Amino acid sequence: MQIIAQVLFLVALVAGIGFFIRNIRRLVRNIKLGREVDRTDNNGERFAKMARIAFGQSKMVKKPVSGFLHVIVYVGFVIINIEVLEIIIDGLFGTHRILSFMGGFYDVLIASFEVLALLVLIGVIVFWIRRNVLNIYRFLSRELKGWPKNDANYILYFEMVLMILFLVMNATDYQLQLNGAPHYASEAGITGAFPISQFLLPIFDGMSNATLIIIERAAWWLHILGILFFLNYLYYSKHLHILLAFPNVYFSKLRPQGEMNNLQSVTDEVKLMMDPDADPFAAPPEEEEGAEPEKFGASDVFDLNQVQLLNSYTCTECGRCTAECPANQTGKKLSPRKIMMDTRDRVEEVGEIINKKGKYEDNGKQLLDDFILREELWACTTCNACVEACPVGIDPLSIILDMRRYLVMEESAAPNELAIAMTNIENNGAPWPYNQQDRLNWAKEN
Amino acid sequence: MAEALKVPTMAEYMAEGKKPEVLFWVGCAGSFDDRAKKITKAFVKLLHEAGVDFAVLGTEESCTGDPAKRSGNEFLFQMQAATNIEVLNGYEIEKVVTACPHCFNTIKNEYPALGGNYEVMHHTQFLKSLLNEGKLKVEGGKFKGKRITFHDPCYLGRANGEYEAPRDLLRKLEVELVEMRKCKSNGLCCGAGGGQMFKEPEPGNKDVNIERTEQAMEVKPEVIAAGCPFCNTMMTDGVKDKNKEDSVEVMDVAELIANAHDL
Repeated sequence: MQIIAQVLFLVALVAGIGFFIRNIRRLVRNIKLGREVDRTDNNGERFAKMARIAFGQSKMVKKPVSGFLHVIVYVGFVIINIEVLEIIIDGLFGTHRILSFMGGFYDVLIASFEVLALLVLIGVIVFWIRRNVLNIYRFLSRELKGWPKNDANYILYFEMVLMILFLVMNATDYQLQLNGAPHYASEAGITGAFPISQFLLPIFDGMSNATLIIIERAAWWLHILGILFFLNYLYYSKHLHILLAFPNVYFSKLRPQGEMNNLQSVTDEVKLMMDPDADPFAAPPEEEEGAEPEKFGASDVFDLNQVQLLNSYTCTECGRCTAECPANQTGKKLSPRKIMMDTRDRVEEVGEIINKKGKYEDNGKQLLDDFILREELWACTTCNACVEACPVGIDPLSIILDMRRYLVMEESAAPNELAIAMTNIENNGAPWPYNQQDRLNWAKEN
Repeated sequence: MAEALKVPTMAEYMAEGKKPEVLFWVGCAGSFDDRAKKITKAFVKLLHEAGVDFAVLGTEESCTGDPAKRSGNEFLFQMQAATNIEVLNGYEIEKVVTACPHCFNTIKNEYPALGGNYEVMHHTQFLKSLLNEGKLKVEGGKFKGKRITFHDPCYLGRANGEYEAPRDLLRKLEVELVEMRKCKSNGLCCGAGGGQMFKEPEPGNKDVNIERTEQAMEVKPEVIAAGCPFCNTMMTDGVKDKNKEDSVEVMDVAELIANAHDL
């Protein structure tokens, strides 16, 4: 009987981790659909930034209420998962609380897991209330209707259930130890300390050891299966940030926020245009067979870079960006969060096609127009409030800029007034129709 | 001031075989916009007051390309950058000061990779350094005790992390500096950036500058201080929209300092 449980556990573990690895490979493949970008410089600075922002949650706490609760859930998640190690060993070898040889330290560990589990439970309940009861601006946007809203709630329910299972498992274990049940009780006394779950004992009052074992085993199994399921739910949900926040911050831009990248392809052309020795009649350099001329800007996910695609998978749709966006606050269609969600939806759609057909075949859709509207792109003031607000270093503005570049340089589709301003810059060196020769007139005026 | 300001150009310096200590990059707004020209003149007066050896490019200056770049026209931006860098390098410019955060950001951050390497300062940073060196005296004056709030320009603040230089200057004027609910790294944009200055806003329920002006009005200022000609225009329009132009002024930090001392 025992051996069957151990084998079943092994199967569940291998299946859960195997499926997770498959999903991660798809994730990496999808991110690599983007253009390459070099972010391997300044490793020390990148590491420090990751330690501060991702590990240290320094930007989360800028909003004190949600930040504090998030820190609790984050610390709880990381620390309680130490327990998973013991669960796995116990599951594989049929042992009971294998790590209890650590004695007093083990008691401290289990006790702290319990306290954290309670805090996480409270935190998650408050999160649920914030999302579903209180009218918080960033949870009311149109892009959060349907699946994104449900997804967020599923995650919260899941965490609630996992924490409750953990406490029930401990409570019944404790009761069985008190009853002196074989396999549970140890001669050395009670293993583990149960400062929270001890309060659940009255629920199990009068139950036989057999019933208690069923409850304990059920909670134990559901807890670990739940964790394996959750691990695999990540890829299909907004919750990937628990893994990707770290690389995402690591690869985020280190330069001042105001600095926007200069396109090398444009630099090359401008150099050629300005070079007095360039031969205007020279034949263009031989293109490689089948090579497409490089597109300026982005109209689809293939034109974005890999960090931008990683950004989209990292986004957990908290909406701090959108809440800070001046365009969004004044009722415009632009929502930086939607830019990230759309990018991910499109890259996922492309990934699905590759899963089915082995390679991408045009499905008549692209990121521009089918997902992100021009009206959204043209509402941006490039103020960087969204970039500043993101707790995990996502840069929605860079995607907006790349898509504007496509609109202007590939389609000449700038709004009319902007096109006029650009013509003015081109002709007389100012966005207004004033003559460059009049540039110093102010000095003579009083 | 009846007589015209003395504004030397780089060409004149060159003709005399001299090089100024710093180039004042005036920018398009500072050159052509009637409101911004006042900021330009106020800053020039301060430069003279502090005895700074400066020159402008005058008719050789051209748009940095900021609005083109942020609207997506990278070609036009790099064409502008290339011509400007050629002019700047031709004069062997080492130090640039400008009263426009957009010019400041572009020349400081985006020109180096294209061959233009200069020490670039926003005018509030430069004025602060003059103050520290004792070349410029900024203390008290007309605005002493007045309730003033500073609106952070996105391209000075968030974009380049400079929040304190303008505030330090205002403190020297002994004003009552009050902060808006949204300030410094959380500051709300005036609505002009990213090419919005030159186009109608997209459909919405309010203009960004009105939203920002309302935030400023919450702290009941006598003056809204700005550090960018575009913010200045947007906030001035916002104040007019609220019919408060008689009680609330929008002024650049340089104007506040110059006016405080009746320059």
